[in-house]
Parts: sequence; structure tokens; C-alpha cells
Amino acid sequence: MVKPKVLIITGYGFNCEKETEFAFRLAGGEPEQVHLNDLLLGEKSMDEYHIMAFVGGFSFGDHISAGKVVANKFKYNLEKSLQKFISDGKLIIGICNGFQVMTKLGILPGLNGDYRNQKVTLTMNDSGHYEDRWVHLTVNKKSNCVFTRGIDMMYLPVRHGEGKFYTEDEDVILSLFRNNQVVLQFIDPRDGLPTSEYPYNPNGSIEAITGICDPTGRIFGLMPHPEAYWSPFNHPNWVRLKIDNKLPEEGQGIKIFRNAVNFVKETF
Amino acid sequence: MAYRIEVIYKNNVLDPTGEGVKKSIKNFLHLGVDSVKTKQVYTIDAELTPEELELVKEEIFTDPVIQESSIGQFYFTDFDWLIEVGFKPGVTDNVGKTSKIAIEDVIRRKLKKEEGVYTSTQYLFRGGNLKERDIIRIANEFLSNSLIHRITVMSREKWFQQGISVEIPKIKGKQDVKVMEFDLNIPDDKLMALNRERTLALNLNELYVIRDYFKNPEVVKERKKFDLSDKPTDVELEAIAQTWSEHCKHKIFNSFITYKDSEKTIHINSLFNSYIKKATEEIGKEKDWLVSVFHDNAGVIKFNEKYNLVYKVETHNSPSALEPYGGAITGIVGVNRDPMGTGLGAELLINVWGYCFGSPFYDRKIPEGLLHPMRIREGVHKGVIDGGNQSGIPYGRGWEFFDERYIGKPLVFCGTVGLLPQKIKGKPSHIKTVDPGDLIIMAGGKIGKDGIHGATFSSEELHKDSPVQAVQIGDPITQKKMYDFLIEARNLGLYKCITDNGAGGLSSSVGEMAQFSNGCELHLEKAPLKYEGLQPWEILLSEAQERMTLAVSPDKMDEFLKLAEKREVEVTILGKFTDSGKFHVLYDNKTVAYIDIDFFHNGLPRMKLEAKWERKKFDEPQLPDSIDIGTVMKDMLGRLNICSNETKCRIYDHEVKGLSVIKPFIGVEGDTPADAVIFMPEPGARDGIVLAEGKNPSYSDIDTYYMVASAIDEAIRRIISAGGNPEYIAGLDNFCWPDPVQSEKTPDGHYKLAQLVRANMALYDYCKAFKVPCISGKDSMKNDSIFEGKKISIPPTLLFSAAGKIEDYSKAVTLDVKKPGDLIYVLGKTYDETGASEYFRYIGEKLRGKPYIGNKIPKVNAQSAFKLYKKLNQAIKKELLRSSHTPVLGGLGIGFAKIAFGGNLGIEIDLSKVPRKDISRDDIILFSESNSRFIVTVAPDKKSEFEKIMEDVDYAEVGKVIPEKKIKIKGLNGNIILDEEISILKECWKKTFKEL
Repeated sequence: MVKPKVLIITGYGFNCEKETEFAFRLAGGEPEQVHLNDLLLGEKSMDEYHIMAFVGGFSFGDHISAGKVVANKFKYNLEKSLQKFISDGKLIIGICNGFQVMTKLGILPGLNGDYRNQKVTLTMNDSGHYEDRWVHLTVNKKSNCVFTRGIDMMYLPVRHGEGKFYTEDEDVILSLFRNNQVVLQFIDPRDGLPTSEYPYNPNGSIEAITGICDPTGRIFGLMPHPEAYWSPFNHPNWVRLKIDNKLPEEGQGIKIFRNAVNFVKETF
Repeated sequence: MAYRIEVIYKNNVLDPTGEGVKKSIKNFLHLGVDSVKTKQVYTIDAELTPEELELVKEEIFTDPVIQESSIGQFYFTDFDWLIEVGFKPGVTDNVGKTSKIAIEDVIRRKLKKEEGVYTSTQYLFRGGNLKERDIIRIANEFLSNSLIHRITVMSREKWFQQGISVEIPKIKGKQDVKVMEFDLNIPDDKLMALNRERTLALNLNELYVIRDYFKNPEVVKERKKFDLSDKPTDVELEAIAQTWSEHCKHKIFNSFITYKDSEKTIHINSLFNSYIKKATEEIGKEKDWLVSVFHDNAGVIKFNEKYNLVYKVETHNSPSALEPYGGAITGIVGVNRDPMGTGLGAELLINVWGYCFGSPFYDRKIPEGLLHPMRIREGVHKGVIDGGNQSGIPYGRGWEFFDERYIGKPLVFCGTVGLLPQKIKGKPSHIKTVDPGDLIIMAGGKIGKDGIHGATFSSEELHKDSPVQAVQIGDPITQKKMYDFLIEARNLGLYKCITDNGAGGLSSSVGEMAQFSNGCELHLEKAPLKYEGLQPWEILLSEAQERMTLAVSPDKMDEFLKLAEKREVEVTILGKFTDSGKFHVLYDNKTVAYIDIDFFHNGLPRMKLEAKWERKKFDEPQLPDSIDIGTVMKDMLGRLNICSNETKCRIYDHEVKGLSVIKPFIGVEGDTPADAVIFMPEPGARDGIVLAEGKNPSYSDIDTYYMVASAIDEAIRRIISAGGNPEYIAGLDNFCWPDPVQSEKTPDGHYKLAQLVRANMALYDYCKAFKVPCISGKDSMKNDSIFEGKKISIPPTLLFSAAGKIEDYSKAVTLDVKKPGDLIYVLGKTYDETGASEYFRYIGEKLRGKPYIGNKIPKVNAQSAFKLYKKLNQAIKKELLRSSHTPVLGGLGIGFAKIAFGGNLGIEIDLSKVPRKDISRDDIILFSESNSRFIVTVAPDKKSEFEKIMEDVDYAEVGKVIPEKKIKIKGLNGNIILDEEISILKECWKKTFKEL
């Protein structure tokens, strides 16, 4: 069985590489941090890896539009290897800034096999500012998303200024729902239903969407940070969970990374 | 050729920036409009083909899902007025910088050095019947700052007629390089005139010493070899003035002081040596974890077997008063470089911030040259938010304190905790070396006129004509790139010494490092410039951000340069370190400065100052016989210094890196501020770093001795409350004072200096008593402003930051009550200590329209407090507590409310049971701010074990947690004095800053 090799892209203001690496390691993967320039200069190749992670952060300071500048770096320099990576059936996850890169690069949502043109966007929160808060999420169990297998609900932090999932094209939204590509939605914890109400939906995302995958389920982007809940002690109320003897063995976010690692072990 | 690209949101898409402006101008300026739309404008100054231009517009600047764009003006006409805000020439334009990189990627070729992109934002207002003067107010008082911005205001009609022309805010015109000499053999008044003209911030005596140095025959002889005369050059004079500034040399803290009070006269040979350093040295004999204190950019302590901890807190007050956003972002990215430049360079782990402002609701006229406190607050928050978030560093602690005396001079504290592996490539990481022959390297950003005279400027009071160059805007992304590169280079062992370029620029950084090898040879013409026309002295002194200076040995140079190139970080060899004993600076191979290293660093004469202390007497309030505690509680909860500022805090990232264990806001709804925060040092660790701070500037009105005692105690008990080890706490002292040097401008200097002396006495006494060494500190000594012709001085302010340790963070405790039926205890005694309290301020404002101060200031009995802290820690280690909170401003009353808010459960309290001395009033028990107290809850089955530990300290069971969501308090006479829903009280506490 292969040891799943994970490419974690760093540099230019990405900043969640360390905890993402740690989360993949806890999940049984073999992660490696690689500076984006080492890919651009050809010193490293995507080909060597099974999973690629676009991590959270502020690549180029979110200047112009979050994720845009890095998206163009890929589009204009690494397009071939990227498309090969996808067609090889390998996995890609984009978290927060990584998700922004992926939508602007067009590799998500990948409708009708189009991994090149931008169809949806992640734009400025309705509040007009960044926000760090934990949110309740429902997971679409009908989705074939590899990363969320066996997960019903999640509680994770969002930390972004441009996380509002948006498109005006209703066909795109319909397709996403029809194909079960909508993976994560913000919910109101009081009734468990997707919501547009602040702060449960912290950014105004349409249909409360905050995580989508491509039709194959192998490419996944989400605004919340699963790597920020790698430890049970990351939970904002772990002290209370502990008193109730409900403190989990590991942070809930690890499941996402373990699903990816296991998929590679089973497939490659 | 210059092109303009305009980008606008599509018709149906929400424009949050525009909406925000609409809301804010309604709140701040009381101007209502129907709509505000924004356009992003990119002015491209580069040779592009029409195809390239189109590509750039589509591929980079337009999000096809939500935006539309045009080359030239976008034809959107649904507005009455427009304001366009761009930067002035030379001001850092971060988005512009990124845009240039983005263009190069897409057109697949490099642009020329002088080509670039300049950004601006256009705001389009419709409705509201705005007049031209309203629009100008919006532009000037809200959207722009004339120090850094250029604005265009236009009506729709005018826009139709002439449109907006394409302008490039580029610095033009080349100046010839010129080095001037100064004859210092001139009368005193002329010397002082020169001092003012060049913002040297030196005194006469210091100028004499400089004059005499350059007349010294030995010096004259040596300088002659390099074609220098017996007169200092501008490079020399400026470099000495920066190095000798209050900011860099802490002249007041190192002066000779004669202190007198009613009982005694004391002669003090340096406050720093006699109190701060002395306490730390004495404590250091008992603690084995002090690694490097006082001599590097930040203090270093041993955290565990693998890591050392590095911690530094700085202030960035004056720049934040002039340009809040720029000043504050520079403050945070600036202090990040301190740990980065400590030892061989620490990894940046946690940021902290704290601000002192005038009331944001100040409703009188603000004098010319000052900004409204609301605007300062907004800008400062945004600056530190952008700086911290974009650097990927979570904040741990954040606080605000309000007092009208900060209106002319806000205080902006920014700090950073770093982590340093004890060994790097087998060598102790806290040790720096520089050998003669090592190369002087500058890494990071380029040099411009930004921040020139920062060190001397901050050593003066703020006035209307304060130098504009002092304003800078930090660039977190350039710094992040540099930081990532430096950590890689550090781990490869590619450099030997590193320090940051902060105040004084290269003059300070190279000057400091030259002390290791005893000399340097610095070639200024090699320095990379943002634009032409800088004089040598400006290159030397520029405080342009995002730069580090390093010493690299010649055999590592190739590898170092190669890595830098790969990481796209600009590095330049500026010369070499020598053992000549000289600070030797050249421009185009001609010597422009040649100063003895020893004179440069140690030649500064020490001041002799006087301090006289006289205790002031204040009115004691006549408290009404009966007070409605319900009303008081609601009012107190909404007060600026007590209410919740969660809205702002959530805009800061507090958990990137995934190391956060106890977050800044906790409780069932995550909305109650924690006493202290806890972070793991690295993923997988079990031990935690505990951070907290103490400050209470109000107490300075009565006595700075107890202001400091209280600040130290508060910081420590916060750490203890969360579960920190009482034997492992390190402190940082940040003094912000009004000018304490007696002069015509400061007729009360003797008193202010006495306040400083007393503060230091307390620092020594209490650090010693609690065995908390100060590992780093900073002072900012000129926090005065001129306000309507009158001088306003800030209240003397000490921020005492503390870093502690919890061996096993799974035992940490938070303040929120957990279960109905749990018993509530108060630990520590309550005294009638309401002097300078929030309660007295409130009562005064209510009864007579201005605060009462009173005289009974909270004191600290360190001996009994320390005993209690150890006991409490014992109880926490045995996991006997369900919650723990240490009350601060507003005393037990506010403390009770917070523990209930956090748990979203009710509490029942009997005030007659609270351990106290000589108090017969309910309000005094509730709102006295006595130090060294805790409110804890204990599960009933742990009661006896807990009480056994507490046996011989002051403590009492005062009530219990109840399921009903109410706070019920029984007064001394047995009557219920408060019976209120938690949700109603919480709303009072949240509403003040709910939208702000």
C-alpha cells in the first residue's frame, strides 16, 4: 500500500501550512511543505504527490481579489501539470484562501468537466469585514465528496473576509445541488437547517453554501478550517465538554484529512 | 503610457464597502444617503500592448462572476457626487505592488523598474440631498487623510463634462547628492535653532558634547585621512541624534534623579538600573529560566526542554495619532520584527494588542490637526487587524481603555511572542556573533523617505506641524515573504547575526551590530531605493519597513543569495563589518560619516533631573443612602471600560496555526472575555503558554505606586486564574508617560518625574515580592499634546504584560460557571478601595457631571496574595475548580455578571458572606476594586477538599449557581438588592459597542 504523499503549497502569504501538515500527519499521510516557487521553477513536481492542499492564509494579502494572484500563477505556469493531476484522479483540497484560489482558477466546481473557467466566486462578506468565529455545518450525505465520508455535522471555525459563496447563475446553483456537489452548508444550530441568518451564516453565502466538490468528489474546497480543529483542545468549549465527559479523542477536523489519506491508500 | 482600469460590482451584487461607508457616514457624520457604490481604480503606468491591456483587465482585475470593468472610465451614471481617494506620491501602495507582480505573471514578461500600478477607490454617492460641503466633509473626515491621500471630488455634472484625468502619483525629479557640514561653534540660540530645523531632539548639553567630540585633535586627525573636516556632516549629526534619541537611549530612565517626598530624599543613579534591572537580576538568582534579558531586541526565557520563548511589546503612539491605520499596521508588523531579530531569529507565534483612546462618542469639536477618537479607533483596529491577519499570526490578548486625556495622543501597544528552538545547527540560538570581514546584508523592502526622523519625532510632543515623513504604511506580505525566507536561511545556518530596522533605520541596526565586531564600513549607494533623490543621510536614517539587517560570513554568501532569489526576497550587500573601532559610512566611495563606535553608543551625557512628590487630595463623594443596584449594574456594564468589545475582537484572527487552547472569548456563547489565554507552543505539545496583562491608568490620579502595584498584580492573578504556574511568570514593562522633564512647557515636570520614580519603586517591590522578572520593556516618554492652546498629558500608564506556563493545559480553568448547584466562593479580602475606581467615576458623572476620584486607592499585599495564588494553583492542579475568574474594573459586581454571562446560568449571591474589612455598604462590596481576589465555583462533592486547601487564606462560600437564568444578590441587610435576567444585563453590556 502506498504512503499517501501530500503536497502542501506554501509561500506568498499562505499561512496555515504548519497545522495542515500536522493534521495530514495525524491522519496517516506523508505531507511535505513545498514553496510555490519550487513548483514554478520546476524544482518540485506535482506528479510526485497524491494529494494537493491549497492551505489557508492571505496569499498576496488578498489584494485585488482573494486568491486571484496565485490562481493566475497556476494558470499561466502550471496549467498542464494541474490538469494532469486532476485527470489522474488525484485529490485536491482547498481551505479558505485555498478554496478562493480554486474557484478563481476554475478547478471548482468543475461542472461538465470544465476545470478551467471560473463559474462561482467567493467574495467579500456581507458585513464588509473579516471575522473569526465557530460555525455549525451540515454535511451533504448524498455527496460523493471523498473528504466528508461518514461525517454528518461539523463544528469548525471560519476566518475570512471574503468567504461569501456567490453566483448569479441559477443553473450553476441548480446543477451543484442536483449533482450533490454542495457539500457543506451553514446551519442554525437551533433547528439544524441551512440559514442565511447572521452569525450562523457569517458571510451571507447564498444557499448557505460553504463547501463544494467537483462532480468526481475528489476536488473539494471549503471556507471553514478543519485543520484548526485537529486537537480536542481547539474546541472553544472543550473545558465544558471535559466536565461532561464528552471530550473527543481527537479534533473533529482530522476526519477530513483521514478520509483523503484512506482514499489514496485504497485507490493507488 | 498610463492607463486607467475601473472595476465596479454588477448591478445586483451587494457592494459591502459601499454599504459600510453608507452606514458609517450616518453614524459618524449624521449624513444620510440613498446609496454608495464603489469602483476600484487601477492606474497602470507601463508600456502594454492593447491585447495585453485587455488581458490584464479581464484576467487580473475583474471577477467575472460579480464585476464589470472598463479601460478608461466605466460608464456608471447613477450618482450625484463622487470622491476618488488615492495615495500621495511615495506612500506605500500594497495593492499596487501586488498588481505589478500579477501583470508580469499574465503577460509573461517583466515590467521595467520604473513601471508600476497605482490604486485608488472611487465612492459614488446618490441621494440624501448632499451639498458640496457635505461631500468634502465625508472626504476629509472619513474617507481620506491628507497626510497620505490625494482626493478628487466631483459632481455628476462635472464628471460628465470633464471626467477624471489619468494621473500618476510618482515621485519625480532627481536631486543631486549633497552632503552638508554643520559648524557647531555657534551661539546657543543658533544651536537650538539648528536642533529644531533638523528635528534632532537633542538638548544643549548634548550638542556641546557633539561639538567637542568633533573638535578633539585626535578625531580631527583621523577624520582628515578621509577628507572630512572638523565639522560633522549631516550624515553624522543625524545618525548621532537618532542614536541618542530618547526613543533609542532611554535618557530619562538612565538619568541621575534626586527624588524628594515628605519623608525622604533619595539619589537615584538610573531608574532602569536601580529598579527594573536590579529586580530582575536579583530574581534571576533564583530562577533558572532567564536566558537573555535586556540586551537583545526582545527578552528570552527557557520555556521547556526544546524551546525558548521570546516576548516583546512596543508602542506606536505618535504615528497612530497622525495616520491611525498606517501607524498601527506599522506598529504590529514592526514589533513582529523584534522576535524575528532576537537571537538567530524566532518564529512568530502570538500577537497581543492594547489601545488607550479618548471616548469614541466624544461630541465636542476636535481641534485642527487632531482626528476624532472614533476615527482613530477604527483606523488603529483596522491596521493591527490587517497586519496580524495577513501575517498569519493569531492574537492572544486584546484590550481597550478609554479616558479623555488620550484624545490627542492615543496609546497603541503591540506585542509579539516568538518561539526559538534552543539550538539551531547545534549552536545556542540566543547568541549572536559578528566577526570582522562578515558582510552587512539588508533584506526585505526598499528604502524611501518613509519614517525619517521617527525616533526623534516620537521623542517630542505632537504638534500640528509634525513631520509628514514620519507616516509609514506597513506591508505585511513583503514582510511575510522575508520572514519565511529568513526562517529557511536560519535553519540552514546561513547567517550569524540578525536585527531589525526600526527606529533609526540602518543607522541603528548596523550601528548596533557593529558593536559586536567593533566597526563597520557601510556603502550607502548600494542600498535599493524606492525612488531616486534620497540624500545619503536619508538612506541611512529611513525607517522604511520590512527590512532586516544581517551579518553573513563570506563563505555562506552564495548560498544565501541563491535562496533569496528563489524566494523573491530582495537582499543587498551593503558593506562589511570591521574591527576599526569606527562607524564608517561611505557614498560612492567617499566617506560621509566616520565616528568612533564608542562615542556613537556611549558618548551621550546623562541628564540630572529632579522629582518632587506630594500626595494630592481629592474630593470623596457623598454617596446617597440608598442606591438602586439594578440601575447601577446596568449602567456600569455599559461603561466604555467595562462593556464588551467582542465585535471588534472577532475581526482579528485568534486561532491561525491551530495552537489556541483557551481563546480570547469563551463561554457557552463564546462571548465572554477570558482572564488569560493559553496557546500550545507547537502542535502536539501538552504544556501551554499563558498570556495576560494588567493596566489601570486611572489609579495614577492618586498614586502611580499603586497603579503599578495593581497592574502587576492583575497580570499575575489573571495567569493564576487560568491555571498558570505561580513560579513561572515573566513580565514586560511598557511605560507610557507624559514628559516628566521640568521646563517652561512642563511646569509640573517635578511631579510627573516623581510619579515615574514611584512607579519604578513599585515595579521593584512587587516584581521582587512575586518573583516575576521583567524580561523586556520599553518607554515612551513624551505623550502630551496641545489641545486648544492647552497641554493635555495622558495619565501615566504602565502596561504590565505577563507570560506564564501551564504544565498540562488540559487542566486549564475558564471563568464561565458550569453547572447548577456548584458553590460560588470569593477568595481574597475586599476593602473599601474605591479610589479612582470605575464606580467613583460613574457616580461622579451621574451626580455632578464629572468623575469622582476619591483617595482610597486599591493596594496590594503581595505576601498574602502570593500565598493565595499558590493555594489556588494547587486546587487547579488537583482539578477541584469548575470555574475561576479574577475581578478587575468594576470589582465583584461586574465579576459576578461575567461568570453568569459565560455560563449562561444564574447565580445567587449573599453579600454578607463576602470576606471584607470595614465595609458597610452593598455598593462598596460590589464595586470596590481591591486587588488579589477571585470568584471561583466548586462542585459540591469537591467542597471539603477545596476548603481544606484554602484553610488559612481569606475565603468564603458566598452563593451558588442556579438553573434560573438570573443574577440574584442579597444585600447586607438581608434584602434582595438585585434580581435580574441575565439576557437583560448582557444586552446592557453588549450594546455600547455592538455595531462598533
